[in-house]
Amino acid sequence: MSTNVLVCVKRVPDSTSEVVLTDDGQSVDGRYAGFTMSAHEECAVELAAQVTADGGEATVLTLGDADAVEQLRTSLAVGCTAATHLLADPQRFGPADVAREIAGVVRDHEAAGRPHDLILLGNDAADSGDFQVGIRLAYELGRPVVNGVTHVSVADGIVTARGAGPEGHETYRVPLPAVVTVLEGGVEPRYPSVQGRMKAKKVQIEQRTPATDPVGPNRVRLLLPPPAPSDVQILGKGADAAPAVVDVLERLGVLSR
Amino acid sequence: MILVLVETDGSGVIEVSRETLTFARSLAEADGAGDLDAVTVGDLTDTARDQLAAYGVRTVYRVAGEAFTAFAGAAWAAGVQEARRRAGSTLVVAAGTPRGGEVLAHVAAREGVSMAANVLSFSEVTPLVVTRQVVGGAALEEMRLERQPAVLTVAGHAVEPRPAPAAGAADVVDCTPEVSEADLVARVVSTDAPEPDLSGGLRSARVVVGAGRGAGGADGFGDLLELTELLGGALGVSRVVTSLGWRPHHEQVGQTGSRIAPDLYIPCGISGAIQHWAGCSSAKNILAINTDADAPMVTKATYAVIGDLHEVVPAINAEIRRRTAG
Ligand SMILES: Cc1cc2nc3c(=O)[nH]c(=O)nc-3n(C[C@H](O)[C@H](O)[C@H](O)COP(=O)(O)OP(=O)(O)OC[C@H]3O[C@@H](n4cnc5c(N)ncnc54)[C@H](O)[C@@H]3O)c2cc1C
Ligand SMILES: Nc1ncnc2c1ncn2[C@@H]1O[C@H](COP(=O)(O)O)[C@@H](O)[C@H]1O
Repeated sequence: MSTNVLVCVKRVPDSTSEVVLTDDGQSVDGRYAGFTMSAHEECAVELAAQVTADGGEATVLTLGDADAVEQLRTSLAVGCTAATHLLADPQRFGPADVAREIAGVVRDHEAAGRPHDLILLGNDAADSGDFQVGIRLAYELGRPVVNGVTHVSVADGIVTARGAGPEGHETYRVPLPAVVTVLEGGVEPRYPSVQGRMKAKKVQIEQRTPATDPVGPNRVRLLLPPPAPSDVQILGKGADAAPAVVDVLERLGVLSR
Repeated sequence: MILVLVETDGSGVIEVSRETLTFARSLAEADGAGDLDAVTVGDLTDTARDQLAAYGVRTVYRVAGEAFTAFAGAAWAAGVQEARRRAGSTLVVAAGTPRGGEVLAHVAAREGVSMAANVLSFSEVTPLVVTRQVVGGAALEEMRLERQPAVLTVAGHAVEPRPAPAAGAADVVDCTPEVSEADLVARVVSTDAPEPDLSGGLRSARVVVGAGRGAGGADGFGDLLELTELLGGALGVSRVVTSLGWRPHHEQVGQTGSRIAPDLYIPCGISGAIQHWAGCSSAKNILAINTDADAPMVTKATYAVIGDLHEVVPAINAEIRRRTAG
């Protein structure tokens, strides 16, 4: 029996380099650094591809602006087979709004004969970091939810999920349909092949608009943490600095004699 | 009235839960509402109870019973809700651990209220305005929270854990809430013994030598390993290094690796991205070696050498050998 998977990804500004805010202080400005999705979501996409490797549909969904189609195509290029784009300004949607909208899509798809037995999300989004959309979605749909796991497999209508707990590796076994949120580290996201990219281009993306007005994220504003004042002491340039370095090591008492 | 979900381990109340109790107490004081209560799940040792008293806890709601023998996020949330009803709390707080964040997200969803994750501080009490970490700590968000109840998790190491000036009674009240079948569907069915912790040495080392993309390749670690050995330290690396397969993941330092707190950290060829900084900011001294004098790791360091690590590190090794010889 094949499993149909829905995986939810969010287009976010790349935060590995310097973070810049928009003038209104409401969001991170990705114009300079570019956009990506979180490592957790990349792993969720990989798990969706693995679970559906022998059949079943892997649908990728995003709620985002027109440019978020890039993240949908990237996911299609690495194993997803269908895509849904909820076209909206993600800054106006809080985590409860996003969960409600995704639930609406899941119910519509189900009514149209396209059930999503397993829904995968990231543990937390790389920008807003709310740590809750997956759990809220589970309550919207009345499904069980497993949170923060690294390994996911499906057999006989049961999802087995494993992840690190405070006392060792924990295993959950939950009957489908279910929601699972993923942490990076368990699987290696694959690189898109040329063939994968070609296939991704041909997929017709389902476009939708939100069904309800968002309540919003309760955001007053974003701030950048104050830069720590630099009081670095430059010991020198190149190999010539070695004696000064070893002086410091001696002074700190980390040099054993 | 504030309720704190407290996590315990063999040694008592875990450190981040003690930080969270400290945070909640300052919120309770600012609020003028006073009372601080705690909820625990499972056994409660005398040590943990004494710690809760020392941190000013009035009542400890000890949730236990058949439904709580194995972890289930929804069941724990039912336990927290029961404690909240009994205590009449208008604020529910937990440490921003995986468990804490998960259980409170359940609570928020069940109560139909917002949740603020990874809070660092609060600026107003009515209405509650908190500042929290977003973008992995690279930015902060000021967020408004309704109080029906307000639900939030506290970021690790946002506050120093401090016992209360006056101890609380820490009266224990047993709670055995009704837990529905649905809340037990997603529960831990088995826990394996933890894998041998290969990063233990890294986390307890007095000296850590760090290596990043500047190492240049899997074969670029010879001098760095020699320096590590000369200093009797441990090697820590950036995610670029583990992603490229140059070194194993258990050596990674950062948000998704180990957090280190050595007397001296020597990051070589590491730019100092916020996610790396998250793992090394507790180092007492940082001596950065980098070709770029403007790299964040250099500007944040205590000491720095500007130069190619493949020239600087061998020269340091030679100098150490020269001084320690004989
Ligand atoms: C969700 C998330 C989690 C993350 N978690 C982590 C984490 O846990 N740990 C982590 O490290 N990163 C993490 N990252 C990645 C992080 O953002 C950076 O990409 C990474 O830390 C950069 O590694 P680096 O400093 O080695 O490489 P780069 O940023 O490329 O920097 C290389 C540095 O080396 C210097 N250099 C180059 N050649 C030489 C030379 N020959 N001699 C001396 N200096 C030289 C350069 O000037 C530069 O400063 C995470 C990212 C995300 C989005
Ligand atoms: N706008 C969005 N579109 C699609 N998925 C999302 C969106 N926002 C959040 N998610 C999913 O929910 C997870 C948790 O997000 P959060 O609760 O906001 O930290 C993310 O890792 C995504 O998988």
